[in-house]
Amino acid sequence: MGDVRLMKGNEVIAEAAIRCGCDGYFGYPITPQSEIMETLMIRRPQEETGMVVLQAESEVAAINMVYGGASCGKKVMTSSSSPGISLKAEGITYLAGAELPALIVNIVRGGPGLGTIQPAQSDYFQAVKGGGHGDYKLIVLAPASVQEMNDFVDLSFKLAFKYLNPAMILSDGVIGQMMEKVELSDFKPRWTAEEIKKISGSWATIGKTADRERNISTSLDLDSAKQEIFNHKLQAKYRAMEENEVRFEKIACDDAEYLFVAYGSSARICQKAVEQAREKGIKVGLLRPITLFPYPTKAIQEMLKDVKGILSVEMSAGQMVEDVRLAVNGKVPVEHFGRYGGIIPTPEEVVEALEQKILGK
Amino acid sequence: MTATTEINKIISKENLVYGKTSVLLDNEMHYCPGCTHGVIHKVIAEVIDEMGIQDKTIGVSPVGCSVLAYNYIDIDWQQAAHGRAPALATATSRLMPGKYVFTYQGDGDLASIGCAEIIHACNRGENIVVFFVNNAIYGMTGGQMAPTTLEGQVTATTPYGRDCKVTGFPMKITEMIAMLPGTRFVTRQSAETPGAVRKLKKAAQKAFENTRENKGLSFIEIVGTCSSGWKLSPVKSNEWMKENMFAYYPLGTLKDE
Repeated sequence: MGDVRLMKGNEVIAEAAIRCGCDGYFGYPITPQSEIMETLMIRRPQEETGMVVLQAESEVAAINMVYGGASCGKKVMTSSSSPGISLKAEGITYLAGAELPALIVNIVRGGPGLGTIQPAQSDYFQAVKGGGHGDYKLIVLAPASVQEMNDFVDLSFKLAFKYLNPAMILSDGVIGQMMEKVELSDFKPRWTAEEIKKISGSWATIGKTADRERNISTSLDLDSAKQEIFNHKLQAKYRAMEENEVRFEKIACDDAEYLFVAYGSSARICQKAVEQAREKGIKVGLLRPITLFPYPTKAIQEMLKDVKGILSVEMSAGQMVEDVRLAVNGKVPVEHFGRYGGIIPTPEEVVEALEQKILGK
Repeated sequence: MTATTEINKIISKENLVYGKTSVLLDNEMHYCPGCTHGVIHKVIAEVIDEMGIQDKTIGVSPVGCSVLAYNYIDIDWQQAAHGRAPALATATSRLMPGKYVFTYQGDGDLASIGCAEIIHACNRGENIVVFFVNNAIYGMTGGQMAPTTLEGQVTATTPYGRDCKVTGFPMKITEMIAMLPGTRFVTRQSAETPGAVRKLKKAAQKAFENTRENKGLSFIEIVGTCSSGWKLSPVKSNEWMKENMFAYYPLGTLKDE
């Protein structure tokens, strides 16, 4: 057993960043995620690992600092909550367009606009379908526990560097604020300049040496023919992610006649709802997407030979349900149940929604 | 002696007193005739060459005419979103101590959309160099009003001349920046004569030396021309600049600590 602690999800993001050899964090305060930067400031990783932590003047500046750091082949990250992520959207699409690895953490709160500081899952579209302009995708990981907040920091950097693409941890105020037992990762040293040269020297702006052409970190190509070819390359990368990186968890699915599909906090609630429904004799299982992009489309399709109906449960007015419907393609009924604006549904409500919307009681 | 052999003799190696730095690439420049960017690029490339810091210098190019600066100076480059270059440079400089990091920004990029980023990078005293090219107009998008556009100046979005009652006033952002304790060296230069170019080069050298000595932020405004945007010939542009721009944006060093 490693280093086991009782910690808040947000604190764990900070600790996991230090431990995975993150080089830089750039952020701006916003509820309900400010503990991430506060924890980093208390921990002073500059003295321990050399990690740079800087409070930027805005969300916009923070994500562009990430762009600068990522251009240098460094492991860099930012975190925010919904309104702040909207501000970062510009920088995020530039990161995707310049094929830069980086981690963006979104501890989602209810919207639209300034909305509420309470938890929500209403940024699914923004995270998965775009948010910024242009045809791009983020690798999106949805933790459902404080443990996964720890695990997904390192995983996000691995995937970001594997595909040279920004990755997002899409969490919410529940997971960010709640305390749970967590086994922290072991410390990994930050990459040395030599290691960075070996890993990212073909593209990173680390100083042009005589043995190579200059490296340019850019998303610009004024030649449309070249820009189209570049877009093909991006699309091929996204298809490769769909092929190789889909992650999901199935709970009580072996004999399931009905299915909940839910991620993050909603999946935790659905886990309890599964128990309660089964006590009533309803054979329901839970499919929990862990990657929201790439989405577990095939996993849902493989369930269709047994299940008679699916309830997508989200703390939104119905966003992920569209991806469930695309996967199901009309073969079985798919309905949505959600509470939003910062309201967290109870397992009882979820079971009731299943009975009414899917079982037709 | 034919004309060709005469020329070959004149340009023979022992007669050369000046050569193009290899840090300035041979790519054909997209800048309009009379534009100041080419001269400024040359000055920066020469300083990088003479200081022997090509392998340690990282440039950050803006959005605007000089977005493609990375095609001309042979170093590693980052291309920033509009106005955000100082944020990129902040992280780059902090994450890679010992490197020479500079931004190259126009007046729309730095003084309008990127006003927050430049003010805060200056206020933090980032160990970077900022080249701010002020030609009082948006060049690339077709000659619209910039924050630095002079009162009465005709642009695509002030077709009857800039009316300060409506648009606010030409912004002296360099004077604002000089007030910030985070800045060490703040100067306003030009590049329209050989003498001016020599002064600009000295300022650029000083700025990069400040980076070497970890002194903090050096800010060099270069008052330049935009013949296309101003709808004047290159010669007339220089005359207009001297008469109008230098009067409002006086040349000289505001701060050198």
